[in-house]
Amino acid sequence: MAFVDKSNEKINALVRKYINDAKENLEYLKKSFKDPNILTNYLFVLPAFILFIVFGLYPFFKVFQLSTMAWDGLSKHMTFVGMQNFIEVLHDKVWWASVLNASWITFLALTIQNGVALILALMCAKDIRGGHVYRVIFYLPPVLSGIVIGLIWKWIFRYPDGILNFALVKMGMQHLVRDWLSNPATALNAVAVVHMWRGFGWGFVILLAGLQNIPHQIYEAARVDGANAWHRFIYITVPLMIPVFILVSILTILGSMQIYDIIAATTNGGPSYHTEVPVTRILASMQGAGRFGYACAQGIVFGVLLLSVSMFQLWVSKKMKQE
Amino acid sequence: MRRIMGLMIGIFAAVLISGCAVKKDKIDVPPEKQLTMWHWLSDRQDVLEKLSKKYYEKTGIYVKMELFSPSEAYKQKIMASAQTDTLPEIYGILGSKRDKANFIKSGHVMPLSAEMKKNDSEWKKQFFRQAINSVSFSEGNEFKVPAGIYEVPLDVVTIQFIYNKDIFKKAGIDPDNPPVTWEEFVKAGEKVKATGVDYLISGFGEPWLASCLASNFAWNIMGENKMLATYRGEVSYTDPDWIKVFSLFDQLAKKGLFASGIVILSNKEAELNFSLGRAALAFNGSWAVNVYDEMTKEAAKPLDYGVMLPPKVSNANPVGIWGGAGTRLVVNAKSSKKDLAVEFLKWLTMPEQQKEWAIETKNIPANKNCIDLVPDKVKGFLEAMKYAYHPDTFPVQEDPVVQEAFSKGLQAIIIQEKTPQQVAEELDKLKKKQMEKQK
Amino acid sequence: MWYKVKKVLGYIGIYTVLSAVALSCLFPLYWMFTSSLKSQYGIFTDMSLFPISPRWENFALAWTQGGFGQFFLNSLFYTFVVVFFIVILSSLAAFAFSRLEFPFKGALYIILIATMMIPIPGAFIALFVLLKNLGLVNTRIGYILPQINMGLPFAIFLLKTFFDKLPRELEDAARIDGCSKLGIWRHVAIPLAMPALAVVIIFNTLAVWNEYLLAMLILQDKAKMPLPRGLMVFQGAHLVNYPLLMAGMTITVVPVIIVYLLMQRHIIKGITAGALTGQ
Repeated sequence: MAFVDKSNEKINALVRKYINDAKENLEYLKKSFKDPNILTNYLFVLPAFILFIVFGLYPFFKVFQLSTMAWDGLSKHMTFVGMQNFIEVLHDKVWWASVLNASWITFLALTIQNGVALILALMCAKDIRGGHVYRVIFYLPPVLSGIVIGLIWKWIFRYPDGILNFALVKMGMQHLVRDWLSNPATALNAVAVVHMWRGFGWGFVILLAGLQNIPHQIYEAARVDGANAWHRFIYITVPLMIPVFILVSILTILGSMQIYDIIAATTNGGPSYHTEVPVTRILASMQGAGRFGYACAQGIVFGVLLLSVSMFQLWVSKKMKQE
Repeated sequence: MRRIMGLMIGIFAAVLISGCAVKKDKIDVPPEKQLTMWHWLSDRQDVLEKLSKKYYEKTGIYVKMELFSPSEAYKQKIMASAQTDTLPEIYGILGSKRDKANFIKSGHVMPLSAEMKKNDSEWKKQFFRQAINSVSFSEGNEFKVPAGIYEVPLDVVTIQFIYNKDIFKKAGIDPDNPPVTWEEFVKAGEKVKATGVDYLISGFGEPWLASCLASNFAWNIMGENKMLATYRGEVSYTDPDWIKVFSLFDQLAKKGLFASGIVILSNKEAELNFSLGRAALAFNGSWAVNVYDEMTKEAAKPLDYGVMLPPKVSNANPVGIWGGAGTRLVVNAKSSKKDLAVEFLKWLTMPEQQKEWAIETKNIPANKNCIDLVPDKVKGFLEAMKYAYHPDTFPVQEDPVVQEAFSKGLQAIIIQEKTPQQVAEELDKLKKKQMEKQK
Repeated sequence: MWYKVKKVLGYIGIYTVLSAVALSCLFPLYWMFTSSLKSQYGIFTDMSLFPISPRWENFALAWTQGGFGQFFLNSLFYTFVVVFFIVILSSLAAFAFSRLEFPFKGALYIILIATMMIPIPGAFIALFVLLKNLGLVNTRIGYILPQINMGLPFAIFLLKTFFDKLPRELEDAARIDGCSKLGIWRHVAIPLAMPALAVVIIFNTLAVWNEYLLAMLILQDKAKMPLPRGLMVFQGAHLVNYPLLMAGMTITVVPVIIVYLLMQRHIIKGITAGALTGQ
C-alpha cells in the first residue's frame, strides 16, 4: 500500500509541475504579446513569413489534397481515394528500390564527397600561395549545366575507348575495362562518381567559410602549448565545426536524395531500373502514367522521409551542443 | 553600398528601355486579329515565323509563334494552362493517346471532323490515310472519346531501319540489297561485327523505342488481333508468340549485335553516334534525316545511308512499321477565335506551305499531293508508308504500368540480366494485377 | 632540418592533390570553350586540344541567333532583385531566430526551413494555378516572388548557423552604446557574417541565373524570358546545334563566375578574430 501511495504522490507532483509550467508559459505569452519590444521582434521574420504563406503554403496544401485523389492532371473531375495512393506507394517495389539507389548515392556523398571537400577546405584555409585560385576552380563544376556534364562524363566512361578505359589499358589493367554506365553492376556507382565530382564544390565552399570563422589565435595558443597538427584538428577544429558539419550533411542528404539532372543526362534511370531515383519515379508517374495524384503521394512520402532524417540530425546536433 | 544601388538602378533602367525597344519589330494588330500558337519545336521556330508572316501579308491575321522548350517544360506548361483555362488558340499535345483523350474530355480540344468533311471532305482528302488515322479516335475506343478527328497533322513519320552504306560495303554486304529475312539480318550483323563496328544502335534508353521494335516483331509474328487480345488480358505474355518476340532480342544480345551501352542511350545520342559512323544500323524515325545531314555537313564525306524495313521473322503476317502523323496541332475549343484558327491551319496544310515545311524541316509532308516535292533522302521512308500502322489507332491500349515494365524488361534481356521466359512471367503477373485493379 | 624537409614534402603533396583536382574541374569548362570554336562534326571527331581553325564567330552567332541581348538583361534583373531580397529577408529572419526572443520562435523556425526538407516535384503546377488566381501570370513580379521564397529556407538555415557562433560581447558592446536591434543587425551581425552571406549570394545567383522551368511555366512573352530561353533555340528535339550551344553556354557561365570571384574574396579569415581581441 505504501508503495502505491508513494507512486501516486510522485504522479501528483509531476502533474502539479506540468500545470505550473503551463501556467507560467501562458503568463509569459500574455506578457509577451503586450510587450512592444517583443512584438517588434516579429517584424524581423514577418516579410519572410508572408512570402512563405503566400507562395509556399498554398502549393504545399494543394499537393497534400491532390495526393488523396486519383487524377490525371487535367480533367475537372477528380476521384477521392483517400489513403489508397499512400498504401500503394508503400507497396511499390520500384519506388523503394529507387529510394535505396538514392540512399546509396547519398551515403557515398556523405563520406567520400564531403571527406574530400573537408580535406581540400583544410588545405585551402592555410595561407598557401595561390589559395584563391584553387578556391575559384573547385566551385566550377556546379556552374556547368547537366548537358555539358552528361556529354563529358559519357565520353570519359565510354566503352571501349573512353578516357577511363583507355587509361586502364595503358596502366595494364585491361581486366577492369567495362561499359561503366550501362553495366548493371557499375552503373549506379558511375553515376555516383559524377554526382560527387559535381557536388564537392558546394560542401567545399561552406566548409571553407566555416573554417575561416575560427580565429587563428586559438591555433596559435594550442601550438604554443605543444599540440601537433592532428591534436589541433581533433580538439579545436572538429568541435568548433560541428554545427557546420551538421549543416553540410543535411544539405548533402537533401541534395543527393533529390538527384535528377545527372541521371537524366547519363543513364535515364537505366539500365532497367538500376539507376532510378525517387525524382525520376515521380516524374514517370506525373507524365508517363498520367497519375498526378499518385505522383503527389510519392512526393509526400519522399518529403516526410527527408524531413525525419533532417530533424533527427538537428536533434543530434542539439544534444551535442549541450555536451 | 552606393555602388550597388547605382548598379541596381542601371539595370532597372536598361531592362525597361530594352523592354520598350523590343516592341519595334512586333507586328501590331488588334487582338481580334491575333492568334497565338504554342509549340516545342526549337529548330522550327524560324520556319513557323516565316509562314506566319506570309499568312499575315495574305490575310491580315497575325499568328504569334511562342516556343517553350524542352519538351518536359512544354508538357508541364500545357498541363498548368489547361488547369487554369489559359491555353492559346493553337497548340500541340505532347504525350500518349491517353493524354490526348484527357485533354479532349476536359473540353480543351475542338473536334475537327465537321470541318474536315466540309465540301465533300475537301480538307480530309489531302492527307495520307495513316495521318488521318493517327489524329482520330475510332468508334468505341476505350477512352470513351466521341469518334472523330481532333488534330491537324503537319507531317508524317515512319520508324524503321536506316543503314550506313559505307559500313555495309566494307563488311561485304551489297548496299543496295539490304537484309530482308531474320536470318539475313543476323548474318549481316555478324559480318559487320567482324569488321569491328557496332551493328544495331537506337535510343533504347527511352522506353518507347525498344517497345516499338518489339511491337513491329509482334505485328509480324502474331498479327494485330492477337496483340489487341493481349492488351485486353485475354492472351498472356507467356504465350509462345510473345516469348518468340523476346527471344529475338535475346538472340541479338547473345551475338553482341547491339551497340554497347544501347540501353542507356537517348534517341539524340543514338542519332549522333550513327551520324559519326559508330554503328551500321539505326532504328529511328524519318525525322533523323535532318540530324544526319546537319551533323555530317562538314565531314569529309556526307553520310551515305539507305532505308530498309524490319526483318521478316514470320510469313504468317505482313511486316509492319510504326508510321503516322508526326507534328500535329489542335485548336482550343474554349477560344473565341477558333474559326480563325481553323482557317489558318487549313492554309498551313495546303501544298504550297507544306512544300516549304518539308524542305525546311526535311520531313515528309502530311499532304499527299506534294509527294513530288519531297526531298530525295526522305523518299525511302515515303515508300514504306504502306506498311505503316500505329498502336495509337488501336481500340485498346496497354496499361501504362505494364508498358513501362515491358520496355524495362526488354532492357533487362538486352543486358542479359533476365531471360525471355523470366520477363514474360513477370509481365504476366503484373498484367493480372493491373487487370484486378480495374475491376 | 628534418622538420623542414617534412614541411616541404607536405607542401608538395598538398599542391599535387590540389592541382590534380583543379585540373579535373577545369577540363570540362575548357572543353566547353574549345567546342564553341569547332564545327558540328568537329566537336566529336577533332580531338586536338585547341582547334586548328577556331571559329570565333560562333560567339557572335550564338548571341544574335539566340536573341541573347534581351534575355541577358532580363536575367541580370531577375538575379539581382531575387538575390538582393533573399539576402535582406533571410538575414533579418536568421538574426531574429538566433539572437532575439519571441514566443513560438522554435516552431516558426522549423516551419520555415521544413519546406526545404520536403521537396515536392510537381508543386510548380500548383504554384502556377496560384499565380493565375493572383493575376500574376506573365508578370516579372510573378516570376520574382516565388524565387525569393524558394531561396529563403536554405539562406535562413545557413545564416542562423553562422549567427549562432557570433561572440555576444560585440553585441552587448553595441547595445551599451545605444544601438537598436536593427542597428545591431546592420553594424554587427551582417559584417561579421560576410563569409556566410557570400555563400548565400553565390548559391542563389547560380540558382536564379540558370532557372528555366518556372520561367517557361509562368512567362508567356519572349521579351520577359531569362537567358536559358536563349539556349533553348539551339536544342532541338532531335538536332542540337552543339557549337552554338557550347558558345551560348560559355557566355552564360561568365557572369556567374564573375560573381563568384567577387564574392569569394569575402570568405576570408580574420574578421571575427580581430574583433575578439579588440583590434
